[in-house]
Amino acid sequence: MLTLVVSTDVDLYEYQGKQFLASFGVPTPVGEVAADPLEVVAAAEHLGYPVVVKAQVRVGGRGKAGGIRVVADAEQARAAAEAILGMEISGHRVERVWVERASDIAAEHYVSFTLDRGARAHLGLLSARGGVDIETVAVEEPDALARLHIDPIEGLSSAQCRQWVAAAGLGDVVPVDALIELLGQLWTAYCEGDAELVEVNPLVFTAGGEVVALDAKVTLDDSAAFRHDWAAYAATQAGDEREQDARARGLQYVGLDGTVGIVANGAGLAMSTIDVVGQVGGTAANFLDIGGGAKAEVMAAALEVVNADPKVAAIFVNIFGGITRGEEVANGIVEALGRVDITSPIVVRLDGTNAAEGRAILAAHESERLQSRPTMVEAARTAVQLAAQSGWPSGAPGMAPAEGAHPANAGWEGGPPGTGPVERAVDGRDP
Amino acid sequence: MTILVDEHTKVVYQGLTGSQGRFYGLRNRAYGTQVVAGTNPRKAGTDVEGVPVFATVGEAVDATGATASCIFVPAAGVPPAVLEAAGAGIELVVVITEGVPTHDQARMFATVTRDFPSTRLLGPNCPGVISPGRANIGITAGEIARGDGPVGIVSRSGTLTYQALHELTQAGVGQTTCVGIGGDPVPGTTFVDCLQLFEADPDTRVVMLIGEIGGSAEEEAAEYVGQMSTPVVGYVAGVSAPPGRRMGHAGAIVSGGRGTARAKIEALERAGVAVGRDPSEAARLVAEVVARL
Repeated sequence: MLTLVVSTDVDLYEYQGKQFLASFGVPTPVGEVAADPLEVVAAAEHLGYPVVVKAQVRVGGRGKAGGIRVVADAEQARAAAEAILGMEISGHRVERVWVERASDIAAEHYVSFTLDRGARAHLGLLSARGGVDIETVAVEEPDALARLHIDPIEGLSSAQCRQWVAAAGLGDVVPVDALIELLGQLWTAYCEGDAELVEVNPLVFTAGGEVVALDAKVTLDDSAAFRHDWAAYAATQAGDEREQDARARGLQYVGLDGTVGIVANGAGLAMSTIDVVGQVGGTAANFLDIGGGAKAEVMAAALEVVNADPKVAAIFVNIFGGITRGEEVANGIVEALGRVDITSPIVVRLDGTNAAEGRAILAAHESERLQSRPTMVEAARTAVQLAAQSGWPSGAPGMAPAEGAHPANAGWEGGPPGTGPVERAVDGRDP
Repeated sequence: MTILVDEHTKVVYQGLTGSQGRFYGLRNRAYGTQVVAGTNPRKAGTDVEGVPVFATVGEAVDATGATASCIFVPAAGVPPAVLEAAGAGIELVVVITEGVPTHDQARMFATVTRDFPSTRLLGPNCPGVISPGRANIGITAGEIARGDGPVGIVSRSGTLTYQALHELTQAGVGQTTCVGIGGDPVPGTTFVDCLQLFEADPDTRVVMLIGEIGGSAEEEAAEYVGQMSTPVVGYVAGVSAPPGRRMGHAGAIVSGGRGTARAKIEALERAGVAVGRDPSEAARLVAEVVARL
């Protein structure tokens, strides 16, 4: 039910999320990051047993996959490290673990802050039923999840917070004051930290009467990067190599499984282009949005990125100029053809701002390798035919229109989503 | 009639002296829009090809009677620019700039709603609004639109908005007004806002709604369509989009199963909206409805 959109938003690993929350005063367990068994044992010895060794992957289901282990001595710590490091969890390879002192858990709860787009306000979700599948709780026991809409100007007042805590059935628990203080800190982290999501599940009450964020899911809004120092987070947003390359060139790229390379301007048009390629029997090799106002060098870079995908047998450039100007697009295509060996034929559909100038430039270079088509559907058809004619790669989806392979069935290229720096659930800003 | 803007709308461009503001401000003027002023506190007293530049929106309003503004300033400067325009009594503030942080968007929208209820915000990150042959505010290429038609367009996607205008114009179908509401998390103007305006406009006899995956704006629009007498034709991009990754559960709880292209198309169809499979088919469906009017 989640959908794709392309964004450069920064999803933090658990350990980064905890460091982020801790910087706003939120109590989190003491711990260390480790990348090999020796480091794990050293961290465990340093922290004092028992410790928890937790796989650092940005995907759920770590516990079920065996990615979280409580260990009581060095031998167990080494064994846990050897088992977890290098493990694949839903296609995500575990490169690092977080080692933290085990908490003495008395109760597990749930809290999150995110934007409710429909309400155009922030939404806090709080439940006494933490540590479980909270989505199921939301559906089956909606009353167990206290929802609080928060005005972006007024913020979260302590009176509101107390009512919210009471609505979640946590008003009588000890330590309610510590809980309210933590919620305030979490709200501050969400706002001042420019997060699109902070989610703590479980939020635990310890036997000693403390409230601790035992997990942390944090998504930062990349648009706000200009006012934060997020370099350390950005450095770990590892993903598909081509996606990283594209991102470095300022392009929004997501690899798919098909044979028709896509270059379009605007996320909507890029998605629509993929849909239309599917409708005429082809499969898209990627999503690529060159953005608004793209200059010639951006177009050239986009063609290079798409061309570097060995599955691509034809390239469909679909541009409708608003802030992007037709002659810039055409110059970029011509420049790319002169600069690098574009191995696949290119089909261009160009309309909008300065489209006539752009088409005139392309007309001077028209060949079997570079063709223009007047409409999106015709261009898609031509690109799909050219991709099929290439007869390569054999057995690839979209070889022939008759096969009717549909990109809806295509998985993510180069590993599952989540490793990619540029894609995320598009609920737009939904995590 | 049109909605939001017409040939009498006087517009001040905040950011007219920058490269994008200058290009599109002058392009809008060449189209026939009443581009009456620009603002830049450091360039007050100068002009851009004859368009006077003022230090503040307030001064521009006093001198020219502008009632709309179009914002091309960098993202960090957008919230103060919007509040300056609203404070000067501007009725329609169009924000073209992309990359405004989500928390800024939320605060900006809440502040305009609370303190300046007579100001309408359009955007951010939107292509603007065009009433073909009368006024074009923003980055839409005016020549792809055709006036005096029965179709109102509202779209979340910039390039798909142009696509829709182009297709209708090619089919000989004119438009009253085309509004790009933008796809950012906190849009100042929603599908429902525009559907209400089109419903109230006697000249808009068909509405074309262009959505995309993510959020729940199309589902909310579908709920309102049931109350409309004006027929609505739709298109939703992203049917082929693979499922994305999800961080945490809060988003899924908020969306409650909404958000996919399929869910949106189904909601629209249940409300009686004819939904095209691609932009061209949607345009053909609009032309068919127009032919039956």
